Amino acid sequence: MTDINDPMAEIRASFFIECEELLEALQDGLQELADGSEDAETINVVFRAVHSIKGGAGAFGLEPLVRFAHRYETVLDEVRNHRLTATSDAQKVFFQCADHLSDLVRICRDDQPIPVAEGEALLTALNALLGDEHEEEEVTAEDFQPLGVALSLDLPDLDIEAEPETPCFDIVFRPGQDLFATGNEPQMLLRNLAALGEAEITCDLSTLPPLDQLAPETPYFQWNIRLTADISEAEIREVFEFVEGLCELEVTASGVDVPVPEIVDEPPASEPEIIVEAPIVAAPVVEDAPVELKVIEPEAAAPSASAAGAQKNNAGPKSVVRVDLERIERMVNLVGELVINQAMLAQSLDQAGLSPHSDAMNGLEEFQRLTRDIQDSVMMIRAQPVKSLFQRMSRIVRESSAAVGKDVRLLTEGEGTEVDKTVIERLSDPLTHMIRNAVDHGLEKTAADREAAGKSGTGEVRLTAAHRSGRVIIEVSDDGAGIDRPRVLSIAKSKNLIPQDANLSDSEIDNLLFLPGFSTASQVSDLSGRGVGMDVVRTSIQQLGGRITITSERGKGTTFSISLPLTLAVLDGMVINVADETLVLPLNVVVETLSLGANDVQMLRPGEFVVRVRGGFVPLYDLGVMLGYRSPRETHEGSIVLLISLEDGNRAALVIDGIQDQRQVVIKGLDDSFYRAPGIAAATILGDGQIALILDPTDVIAAATPNRIMDKPMPERKVANE
Amino acid sequence: MSVTILAVDDSRTMRDMIRMCLAPAGFDVHLAEDGVHGVEVLDGLSPDAIITDINMPRMDGFGFIDAVRTQDKHRATPILVLTTESAPELKQRARAAGATGWIVKPFDPEKLVKALTMVTG
Repeated sequence: MTDINDPMAEIRASFFIECEELLEALQDGLQELADGSEDAETINVVFRAVHSIKGGAGAFGLEPLVRFAHRYETVLDEVRNHRLTATSDAQKVFFQCADHLSDLVRICRDDQPIPVAEGEALLTALNALLGDEHEEEEVTAEDFQPLGVALSLDLPDLDIEAEPETPCFDIVFRPGQDLFATGNEPQMLLRNLAALGEAEITCDLSTLPPLDQLAPETPYFQWNIRLTADISEAEIREVFEFVEGLCELEVTASGVDVPVPEIVDEPPASEPEIIVEAPIVAAPVVEDAPVELKVIEPEAAAPSASAAGAQKNNAGPKSVVRVDLERIERMVNLVGELVINQAMLAQSLDQAGLSPHSDAMNGLEEFQRLTRDIQDSVMMIRAQPVKSLFQRMSRIVRESSAAVGKDVRLLTEGEGTEVDKTVIERLSDPLTHMIRNAVDHGLEKTAADREAAGKSGTGEVRLTAAHRSGRVIIEVSDDGAGIDRPRVLSIAKSKNLIPQDANLSDSEIDNLLFLPGFSTASQVSDLSGRGVGMDVVRTSIQQLGGRITITSERGKGTTFSISLPLTLAVLDGMVINVADETLVLPLNVVVETLSLGANDVQMLRPGEFVVRVRGGFVPLYDLGVMLGYRSPRETHEGSIVLLISLEDGNRAALVIDGIQDQRQVVIKGLDDSFYRAPGIAAATILGDGQIALILDPTDVIAAATPNRIMDKPMPERKVANE
Repeated sequence: MSVTILAVDDSRTMRDMIRMCLAPAGFDVHLAEDGVHGVEVLDGLSPDAIITDINMPRMDGFGFIDAVRTQDKHRATPILVLTTESAPELKQRARAAGATGWIVKPFDPEKLVKALTMVTG
């Protein structure tokens, strides 16, 4: 429908971004309603969100969206006007409609085909809410579409040309009392009328009172117009559409164009400008006279209005600037350089032997503080509240609880917690899976089961986010029956994931859920089956530099806790030395550090060692050898060893030469011109300007042991403090 | 001198569209996000015409028209209501508040320009 020229395409794109915001506001509002909000503004917000989507959709000719939004809006309007009560059933429909609306928005954005069935079902549900007396609304809804296209401004087409031998109309126009009050202006109307054809306009001053009785803002004149134009009466009336009801208007077709005798005494006014004296009475007086006296009034009125609005404003949407992500990336990189540069400067000043109290050192300290602030601020640009993610999850809860026929409530907390945008995007899948798991497996099968356990029939899934010591903690918990440990254990045994005689602690049993190939559902349900297990969830969390842990209490519920770095641009790393090289290992994989004694290491066969850790055995690798920095040593006695936890749940011990530091490092991607060395994830520049490689331990070990340890998981040796 | 327009709409898309359709036609377009903001922008601006939406947060279109009309210097400024609503009672209410004209969204850019030309002369 619309031309695909550039500005239009851009506005279209911005419309869809706005839609996302509106959908978010819609979800919020619905949630507030569901939580029993009494605030009348809540339903208004909900209504306006749908309304604005409809309005924009109409402008771009997105008819399915308009159609659905219109019906949705109609029902919300009923609620808004207290003609309909939002029962919990109605609220369910509203939520579903909001979901469908967001689907439609995305479908329209991506120009995909519209799934008809779901929409029709929801339309029917909405109609049911409206009830019988709104049957006639049906028609309006159907009618709305043509309206979207016809969108008549109800204004005349002004470009109609007067033809010869054209019909002629006599028009009498008598403005009513309130015409000026609406900002209408007879001069404009007459001018537009004159534009339709050839007009002879005369002003009838007979009702004009003497000057001392004249109220300056009251229309007194009457105009007689003879219009010669090939148009219909309707078109003439259209000119007066805005003043319909505010004036007396008589239009008579007189057929043939003959001079009208009774107006001969007045000068024929074919130029509308002639009547200019009339507006002089009206408009300018309004502008000039009373201004000085009353100027205080509007000012007094305005602040009170703003003050009333200001309170609401706190909850209102923040104003935002859209910025290309690439620009931010560049800035993050530059700030990274700045940090490094600053560290180098500090070091060289130090080496120059300057007094710590010198101006240069003081200045540098300030510089250091500013640099850190800049770094934090830049990181914050990439940060987004997890709210959008949580909203998606509330949809997952609705859908999954409906699919398994459970009554489930999602409670969210800490929606304002900000996390790196990329992290948020990549959290969506694992979190979806965890939420589904909680609904499907975490909660009891039926409401009766819950009540028997002394809980409310409605299951609760809780999703929380919080900042904790420089990391983000996201928790998914349910108040279900908790992990059935004997069952988990027997499944793990029956699937040969653990030895038959394994004796595991509770926490070790819980962690079996993360094993590849483990699925507790005896039947693969529609919902959480699909061959994706918690192992995949854990892998994706680990790829984000995060950890996931599980706690469960029988009869009380299960909690999965994800701990994530705030950003992917910096990494908490352990700086280590191996064969005179400086390397960085992600801190989150390091479980503990050990110093090897004489009896700790056992040789399995030549070149293969295990190390004894708290009664268990962990394969031992010499990092220097694996990376090709040196040849194997005779003995590992006295070496420093890092015990690391790998993504597959296994552990490994890495022999290194020394630990330098734990610090945040700026991650620098290695570009494609480098050979992709196995085990090397990225690089960073340290404070002294030295480049250090960042290791990917899982990859290092996989590369070193093509098929040895990796295919033999050793979960029975797992230590519980993961 | 170009014609100055103040357009008040809570939808960014609508504001963008109004600007896109009016700016090339030579209008000097000022935008506001809702009634309250509209009143703020109006302070220090003397638009030749005002366009306003009805459904807006903080202060809706009716309230905004009221607020404009109580200011003496804007008592005769044409105000066009641009909305998806088309119910007669709403139209009547807008008129009672002092609206000059009513245009139903989605709008035809050409016709919006014509309507503005018509009310501003």
